[in-house]
Order: sequence, then structure tokens, then C-alpha cells
Amino acid sequence: MDFLPPDFSPAYPEIFLLVMVCVVMLADLVAGENRRYIAYLLSQMALFGCALLTFITFSAETTYTFSGMFVDDAMADILKLMVYITVAAVLVYSRSYISVRGMFTGEFFSLVLFATLGMMVMISASHFLTLYLGLELLSLSLYALVALQRDNATATEAAMKFFVLGALASGFLLYGMSMVYGATGSLHVASVSEAIKTGALNHEVLVVGLVFIVAGISFKLSAAPFHMWAPDVYQGAPTAITLFIGSAPKLAAFGFVMRLLVDGLGEMVADWQGMLIILAVMSMAVGNIAAIAQTNIKRMLAYSTISHMGFLILGFISADTNGYSSAMFYVISYVLMTLGTFAIIMILSREGFEAENIDDFKGLNKRNPWYAFVTMLLMLSMAGIPPMIGFYAKLSVLQAVLSAGFIWLAIVAVLLSVIGAFYYLRIVKLMYFDEPVSNEPILPQGDVKVLISVNGLAVIALGIFPQMLMGLSLYAIQNSM
Amino acid sequence: MLLGFPLLSLVIWLPVLIGLLVFATGGDRNAPMARLIAIIGSVLGFLVAIPLYTQFDPALSTMQFVEKHVWFERFNVHYHLGVDGISMPLILLNCFTTPLVVMAGWEVIRERVSQYMGAFLVMSGIVNGVFSSLDTILFYTFWEASLIPMFLIIGIWGGPNRVYAAIKFFLYTLLGSLLMLVAFIYLYQASDGSFSILDYHHLPLPIEPQILIFLAFLLAFAVKVPMWPVHTWLPDAHVEAPTGGSVLLAAILLKMGGYGFLRFSLPIVPDASQYLAGMMIALSLIAVVYIGLVALMQVDMKKLIAYSSIAHMGFVTLGFFLFNAYGLEGAMVQMISHGFISAAMFLCVGVLYDRLHSRQIADYGGVVNKMPVFAAFFMLFAMANAGLPGTSGFVGEFMVIMGAVKVNFWYAFLAATTLIFGAAYTLWLYKRVIFGEVASPAVEGLKDISKREFAILAILAISVLWLGVYPFPLTEVMHATVNELLVHVANSKL
Repeated sequence: MDFLPPDFSPAYPEIFLLVMVCVVMLADLVAGENRRYIAYLLSQMALFGCALLTFITFSAETTYTFSGMFVDDAMADILKLMVYITVAAVLVYSRSYISVRGMFTGEFFSLVLFATLGMMVMISASHFLTLYLGLELLSLSLYALVALQRDNATATEAAMKFFVLGALASGFLLYGMSMVYGATGSLHVASVSEAIKTGALNHEVLVVGLVFIVAGISFKLSAAPFHMWAPDVYQGAPTAITLFIGSAPKLAAFGFVMRLLVDGLGEMVADWQGMLIILAVMSMAVGNIAAIAQTNIKRMLAYSTISHMGFLILGFISADTNGYSSAMFYVISYVLMTLGTFAIIMILSREGFEAENIDDFKGLNKRNPWYAFVTMLLMLSMAGIPPMIGFYAKLSVLQAVLSAGFIWLAIVAVLLSVIGAFYYLRIVKLMYFDEPVSNEPILPQGDVKVLISVNGLAVIALGIFPQMLMGLSLYAIQNSM
Repeated sequence: MLLGFPLLSLVIWLPVLIGLLVFATGGDRNAPMARLIAIIGSVLGFLVAIPLYTQFDPALSTMQFVEKHVWFERFNVHYHLGVDGISMPLILLNCFTTPLVVMAGWEVIRERVSQYMGAFLVMSGIVNGVFSSLDTILFYTFWEASLIPMFLIIGIWGGPNRVYAAIKFFLYTLLGSLLMLVAFIYLYQASDGSFSILDYHHLPLPIEPQILIFLAFLLAFAVKVPMWPVHTWLPDAHVEAPTGGSVLLAAILLKMGGYGFLRFSLPIVPDASQYLAGMMIALSLIAVVYIGLVALMQVDMKKLIAYSSIAHMGFVTLGFFLFNAYGLEGAMVQMISHGFISAAMFLCVGVLYDRLHSRQIADYGGVVNKMPVFAAFFMLFAMANAGLPGTSGFVGEFMVIMGAVKVNFWYAFLAATTLIFGAAYTLWLYKRVIFGEVASPAVEGLKDISKREFAILAILAISVLWLGVYPFPLTEVMHATVNELLVHVANSKL
């Protein structure tokens, strides 16, 4: 029998990144204690190289490879480009934070890159096993990252919690996938979809499988009632790691849901629509209400994430191009806002001091009006106030929900977001209306300074000109369905 | 007419850009520069708005100075601007008020001057945007964005309870407007993908959705106006806001609510408006009578004027829902006139507050002995607030009462009680503060108004008298639009 090698070209970015991770590990080994920045530079170069490869090979065509287990389409490319940008920003933002805390090591960079690789695989998977592989690569790297500070008891505790619950969720997911396999006889996303379309299957088995899959997805998205891990992990992990967990993986999770629920189980929309409505409403309610009671900023942002995931899930409910592209736009704008917010928390921290309480934002306007202004833009964007991007994201999701005829759901969503506005406003209040408790100067490095400013201004600029990202999302979804 | 020249864009973005420039002057070291740029910018903002009046064609009821560009295609949203006889006077009122509030904060604001002045200029541009947007998403963007500067103005430079007032102001308004957003998106679906306000004016709708949309709009606009019973944020916000903030709030922001009724509720859902007119009239009359009585009992000057504002705005909403020309034009005149009078009243209180740092009526008395010029001005504005003929306050109220008589004598009767209550609370306030014996050593030490304060009050005094004696220039420009609106509302969209 002849062996035909598969077409590697759609997976060039992944292959390149894998090679680079090994290079980073080796280089760091050789470079030694004083030249850690080599690992940093190599990682940034790796991401840049991936971006270049993805950009060059970009096409609206959908190509499958590795016997149909791997897919490269417009959505995958665009999401991956977003992931590279996000991870690169994470690295810039966390550099000084991790170096004063003894985490500026080769392991940090290789784990971040492995997680990135996991995300890329998740985004490009067209087979249940590839999906699972990508997810586990991401999750395991994240568990290790949370526990990177060995002596830090809270971080270790958070890592344990994260690991145990995450493993449970993966189990759920696998179990659900096995049920789907049992019913359809295939693990290929496309053939599963085909098999369900024939309608001659055992519906009960499929639905039970679906329930487990949705539960597993909800864990990964941190949607209520599967959100319990998020506040503890967000609070316990070092802020740089929280930033990473809270940002790029959400892009991958969006891709994951698209591949699994929409491409694979899209025919069962009537079954998962109801489940998603419950998840969305609960997430928005739990997230927004619980966030009010928080005094720890990272914990508050964890609850805020939960409510944002609720909104994201709303986008899937209409189950059409319009809704999916709205959800994609939402997740991209969410990542943009999260990046900026955690970056601000990190520049407020310094050696031996963690800015963790919302009171650390007190009087920021007096300490540094520019960062106060940037934070205000970010907070108002999260609250969904125009002309910030968060509003247009909410607008497109609400529009999708109403087009599917769920007026009550839109009303519930806006009422809950009024509650949400309160705790974002509280941060603005602390920064602008209160007196500072400390007068330590805020001195981020030059590139961080620039990037935070760009990040903050992007929140308003992309809000004033939302067509770019909206159009991009629509293009991605239209060309991949 | 200056064809093709984006005059409205200039009116919106010039103050915003100059406001950003003021922010850029930075810390309080550069405060004189911030003040200078702010006053030049605000006067410039008023000057560029004047062509809106001079070039306006009062015979047309359609939109003028129209600008239309695609904003984002994804949802077919346009950058669509235009003004008619309803919105143009409000834009002028706003541009006119901005230099006054900048001057009012000239010496009083000593901390973070650039942020204060910049916020007012940005606010001015945003409000112009609210009044000239013809696309609902554009409108909503300006509408919500206007909350941000006001939130900061109340919260940073306000009184002791400013945080509570600022957050209450923000959340109250946000709650109202988000349901309006849902209504907009519903209309977007119903009109097959258009966010244009003018398209909605001709969109047929069954009665049930009309009523729901009306209620969603009502919540947004009633909070802004504010109508009884969703008025409770206003006294708090007024009391805590700095003088400039109160002026802006009373003179301009409340008008956004009134404007909303005219631009959205009446033309988009005319049948629901007719159907629910009884309720609206009842709420308005409660505001006029009950809030008038509440105002009588206040011991805080700013609170008293805040309640008087609510009562006067009750007249405005009453006029809207009488569905005749007198009522509607009277309500419009009342909006503009209330803009002048409430601004003047708050500035007068501000003058006293800057000197004595008290808003309690009981702390004053006999001010006329020390501040005769001020007392004369305050007299004029108090009379205007009470609706004395010859001042602008009379014209609007009289027209609305005329309109009400045509509909139902008792509406007119109840509305007319405001002439008694209004006179009672305003003149009693005036008596207690200005006349009598000099109440305390602090009052003994009062100095009469400075040239700056004189200038501000004189400008407003002229406006109030001019509008009272000769309102024709104002009614002329709105006449065609109001008639068109009445015809439009009379046609069922079912």
C-alpha cells in the first residue's frame, strides 16, 4: 500500500509554533539566568512568524487535511490572528510583572506557547478527537501556569481547583462525545452532522450526549451554573496568568463551540437552544449580581467574565450567520477589554505589592489622569455604554436575539446589564471621586505604556468605527458555514 | 442655504474637539489657559450654530442641513444628521448655555479646571448630536454618551452626597434608555433592517406593539424629563451638582426627554400616543399640581428650584399630549423658556452659594441690603419662574393652558393652578432670602455681584424678556414643523 503524506500546508502555523516552542525551551536552557529575555524575544518572534504564515496562507476557501481531522477556513484564520495578537499583548503586559515575581523563566514562555498551540488546534479542529486534543493541550498548560509560583499557597490551591474541575469537565465532554459517536458512528464533525440530518438515529442517546457536551463547554466558558472555578482561579492565580486565562482562551472557546455545536450538532439546534437560553440567563444573573458584592478586583472581573459569557451565549441562540457573527464580534471585543483591564491592574502592582482590591483604584485620576481615563473607557465599555466597543457588541447580540423572536430575553439581558453597570461605575467612582490612598508613582515600561494607550483608545476607536470588526466577523462566519 | 457644507457636523464636533484640547492642557498649573480655550471654544461653538437659524427655511417642515453617510454597513446604520423646527431651537439653546456655564465656573472651580471645562465642552457637542441625529443608533450613542460627562461633573465637583447622586443619575437614566434600545432593535426588525428615524415615521404598526414601544420610549424619556413618579433622581442630582452642572441639567438635559417625545413617541407610535394620552395628561397634571405643592415645602433653595423644574416640565408633557397647535407650540416655547429661566435661577442660587456656602433658605435673609443689583436680577427671574406676563415664562404656560381649554376645561383649570403655586413657592423663596432684616453676620459681609456674574445674568435677563415680549422669531421657525407633526399624529398607522 502506498503511503501518501497528508497536505501539511493548512497546518503550517501550528507546525511552526511547535518547532518554536522547542527552540524556546532549548534556547532558555543554554542562555542561562541573565539572558532570559532571549526566551521572551523568541516567543514574540514565534507569534509574529505564525501571524505571518497565517496571513500569507489566508484564503476564503475551506481546506481539510489529515484525513479531514483538521480544517483551515476563514474563521479559523481570523480567530488565530486574534489569538496571536492577544498572546503577544499578554506577553508584553506581563513581562515586568512576572520578572519581579521570579516567573520570568523559560517555562512560562513555553507553557504560554503550548497553550497557544492548543487554542490553534481547537480553532482548526474538525474531528471530535482533535477538538479534545487541542482543549487538553490548552487546559494542561493553563493548570501548570497557575501553579507556576511553587511557593504561593493561594496559587497552588487555585491550580488544584482548576485542575480537578477542569478534568471533570473534560470527562463530561468526552462522555458526551462518546454518546454522539454511539448514535452516529462517526467522530468527524461533518459526518456527524450528515448522520443527524438523515434523522434515522436514536434521538435520546444523542440528546443525552448533547447535554454532557453542553455541560463540558459551559465549564470551559465559565458559564453559570458551571462557573464556580472561575472566581477562585482568577483571584488565586498571579495576575499575569489571570490575564492570560481570561483573554485568548475565550477566542478558542468560541471556535470550539462553533465547531462542536454549530458545525457538528447544528441539526440539533432545537435541543441546544433551550439549554443555551438557561445558561445565558443564569450567567448574566449570577455574574452581574455576584460581582456587586466583590471587593477583590480580580474576583469581580471573574464574575464580570461570567456575565459576558452569558451575553456571548445569547449570540448563539438565534442559530444563524447573523447570531454567530455577533457572538464572534462580542468575543473579540470582550478580549480587547479584558486585556486592557488586567494590564491596568498589573501596572498598579509593583514589587511586593499586589493591586488586588478595588480600593487600589482610589484616586487614580489624581495619581495619573491618563491611566484613569483609559480605565474609565474600559469600564464603560464593559458596561456597554456607547461610543465604546462594548456597546456595539451588545447591540449586535441583542439584535440577533430579537431577530430570533426572543423579546423577553432581550429585556432580561438589558435589565441585568443595568445591574452590571453599577459595579463598573463603582470603579470609575473610586478613580475619579475618591482621594488616593497611596501616592506611589505608576511607572510602566515604555512599550507597556504605549500598548495600554493603544488598547484603551482601540476600545473607543473601534466603537466609533465598528464596521471593521463587525464586517470581519461576518466575513469569517459567512465563509465558514 | 450653504449647500453641502457639513454645518451640523461642525456644530457637534467643534466643541468636542476643543473640549479634548482643553483636557490636553493638563494639570492645574495651566488652569488660566484651560479657561481661556474653553471660553473661546464655547463662544465659537455658539457662533457656528447661528447660521442654523439664519439659513433655516421656516416654511419647510422637512429636515434641513441634512448630512447622510454610511456609518457601519453591518446593520445599515448611517451617520444621518438634520434639523427641523423642533430640534434647531434646542441646539441653539444648548450652544447659548455652554458659554454661560463655562463663565459660571470661571473662578469657582479651582481643582482640575481643565477636566471641568473640557467636560462641559464635550457635553455641549454630544447634546447637539442628540438633537440632530436622524439615525436611532447614532441618537442612542449620543444620548448615552451624554451621561458620562454629567456623571463626572456631579461626582467630581459636586457636594457632600455627590457619589450617591451621580450613580443614581447614571443608573436611573441607563435603565430607562436600555429599554428604548430594545424598542429600536424591534423597529429595526419590523422595518426590514432600517435604523432611520424618518423611516420609522412611516412604518405601519399594529396597536399592541405600538403600545409596548410607547411604554419603552416613555420610560426613557419620562426619566429624562423627568415626569412624576420617576423624578426622584433630579432633586438629588441638582442639589449635589456644581452650579454649572445644575444649569446644564435643567436647561438642556431635561429637554432631551421632551425632544424624545416629539421625535419618537408621537410620530412613530401615534395611535398608542392617542390611546395613552389620558394617562400622560394625568401624569403631567400630577407633576404640575403635586410637585408644585412639594416645592412649597422645601428648605433647600436648589431643591426648591429642582421641584419647580419638574412642575414646569409637567407643562411641557401636558402640551405634547393635547394634540393641538397651541399645546404643542406652547410646550416648545415652554422648553426654551424654561431653559433660560431655570439656568438663571440656578445661577442666582450659585451666586449666593459661592459666597456663603449654604443652600438653606433659613441661612439667608435681607440679602437686598447688601446685594441690590443681584436682588433686582433675582426678582426678574423669580417673576419669570412664576409666569409673569411679559416674561418668557408666561408665553409657554399661557399657550398650553389655551390648548388645554380646547380639550377639557378641567385640564386647563388644574394646569392653571400652577400660576398660583408657582407664584407662591417662588415669591416666598424670594421673600425669605432677599427681604427682611439682615439675618446673620455672614449675610452682612456679602458683596454684590462681580462683572462676570453681572454679564451672565444680564444676558439671561435680556433673553427672558425678549422671548416674553416678542416670541415670534421662535414660534415662526417651529410653526411648519409643529403643524406637520399634528397632521402626522392624526393619521393612524394601524
